[in-house]
Amino acid sequence: MRFSGFRVLQQALTGHKGWGALWRDPAPKPAYDIIIVGGGGHGLATAFYLAKTFGQARIAVLEKGWLGSGNIGRNTTIIRSNYLLPGNQPFYEFSMKLWETLEQEVNFNAMVSQRSIINLFHSDGQRDAYRRRGNAMHLTGAGGELLSQDQLREIVPFLNFDNARFPIKGGLRQSRAGTARHDGVAWGYARAADQLGVDLIQHCEVTGFLIEGGRVQGVQTTRGDIRAPKVGVAVAGSSSRVMERAGLRLPIESHVLQAFVSEGLKPNIPGVITFGAGHFYISQSDKGGLVFGGDIDGYNSYAQRGNLDVLQDVAQGGMALMPMIGRARLLRSWGGIMDMSMDGSPIIDRTPVEGLYLNAGWCYGGFKATPASGYAFAHLLATDRPHETATAYRLDRFHRGYVIDEKGVGAQPNLH
Amino acid sequence: MLIPHPLLGPRDASEFTYLGDASLMNRPDGMADGAEAAFCEYVFLRDNPAGVHRELWFHEHGDRSWLIVTRNTLTHEVLGAELAHKGGQA
Repeated sequence: MRFSGFRVLQQALTGHKGWGALWRDPAPKPAYDIIIVGGGGHGLATAFYLAKTFGQARIAVLEKGWLGSGNIGRNTTIIRSNYLLPGNQPFYEFSMKLWETLEQEVNFNAMVSQRSIINLFHSDGQRDAYRRRGNAMHLTGAGGELLSQDQLREIVPFLNFDNARFPIKGGLRQSRAGTARHDGVAWGYARAADQLGVDLIQHCEVTGFLIEGGRVQGVQTTRGDIRAPKVGVAVAGSSSRVMERAGLRLPIESHVLQAFVSEGLKPNIPGVITFGAGHFYISQSDKGGLVFGGDIDGYNSYAQRGNLDVLQDVAQGGMALMPMIGRARLLRSWGGIMDMSMDGSPIIDRTPVEGLYLNAGWCYGGFKATPASGYAFAHLLATDRPHETATAYRLDRFHRGYVIDEKGVGAQPNLH
Repeated sequence: MLIPHPLLGPRDASEFTYLGDASLMNRPDGMADGAEAAFCEYVFLRDNPAGVHRELWFHEHGDRSWLIVTRNTLTHEVLGAELAHKGGQA
C-alpha cells in the first residue's frame, strides 16, 4: 500500500479497517546473497539502498530483538552536517541531502524538520574555530552562517547572554539542520525495504560466523545456520561483541550516553541549540518536550542506563545556558550504548575476513548519519568499493596513522 | 556507582576519572622487535568485554591514587577495587 493524503482520507471514511502490517514477518531461508546483521537504522537503510539503488536481490536483515530496538530509538533525533574535517564533512553533507528527500524516497512520514542548529561560542578563540568550521561546511555546500550576539538575541532571547563566566558572544547556525522522528526513520526504511523483497527477520540473534579458508560463508543464528557469500555487520553499540565471534578485536569501547526529556511545554525553543562552554544540547519535540543531553558517562558500559552525576552535570549546563528551563520537570531519561571509536569517527570497511564487512564506531553521532551510512555501506557491499564520501572510514586507518579526530584528543574514547 | 577505595572506603564514582582497560598498564617494550605493531594494538585495540572488566580509575578529586576496579559492564556492579601499584600487572 502506498501512503498518501488521499489514503488517509479514504481510511478515515471507512473506519481505518484497511491499514495492514507495515512489513512481513518471514522465516529465514537457508541462503541469501547478502546478509545484514542488525535491524537498526543503519542496517535497515543498508538493506533498502542495496535493493533500491544497487539492484541487489535475496537480502536478509537479521535482528536479535525487534526492528529499531537499539540506538535508532534512543537518541535525541538531531540531523546536521556541520563537521570540520575533510574525511567527515562530505559524508555528513551527503547524509543531509538524503534526509531532504528521504520521506518521498521511502514513502513514509519521518517528520524531517529542518529547524536549524545553532552552536554557541563564548570566546574569541571559539569564534575563530567556528568560523573555520563554517568555511569547511561551505566547501561541501552545507551552508552555515556566523550569527552575532545581536542576531541571537532576536532569535533566542531566552539565553543567558550575560553569564559572568561564559558570556554568549554568538553562534554558528546551519539552517538546513534539524530533527527527524527517530522511530519513523527505522519504520520507513523497514517498510520500504520489505516492499522491495528484503526479508526482515526479527528475534534471530547471530551467534557466530561460518568462516572457511578465511572467507565468510554465512552466519550461525538462534534460528539455524544461514548461508551467504557476503555478510555486513551494522550493530553499533555491540560491534565488539559481535565481531569477536569472527575473531576480530576492534578500536572501539562501548560507552553509555544518556538523554532526557521534560514534560510537554508550549513551543519555545525554535531549533537545536548547543552550549559551547559545557556539553549540553537541546531541542523541543513536536509534542513540546524539551529533549536534551550532554556527555557520555565515560566508562565502559553495555547497560543502557547511566548514573546520576551525569544528569547533574547536564542539568547544570542547561541552567547556565537557559535558566528558564529550571522549573520544567523531567519526564524520562534513558541510555544508549555507543560504539566509541578511538578517533571519534566511524568505520565502513571490509575486514580481514573475505566477504565480511563492518559498519561501526558511530560514537554518539550515528542517527544523523543513518541515510548516508546505509547508502555507503550498500555501495561497499554491492561494488566492493567505498562510496566516494566514505573513503576515509577505513578499519586500518588507526594502524596507518590516518585517524579522523575532529576534537583532536587522541586515542581516548571517553573524550570524543 | 560507589567505588570501594581500599584506603578511603566507598567513594562516589564522580570523584574519579576513567582511563580504560587495566591492561593499559602493560606497556609494550619500545625496543623489542615488532614494537610498532605492538604499540598499535596497545594504543588502539580493546577487548571491550560485556561482563567483568578490570579497569583503571584515577581518584582525581580525592587522594590522587590509581585504582584497578573490577566491574560488570552489563550491570555496573562494582566487584572490587585495589591500588594499581599493588595490583601489579593487570
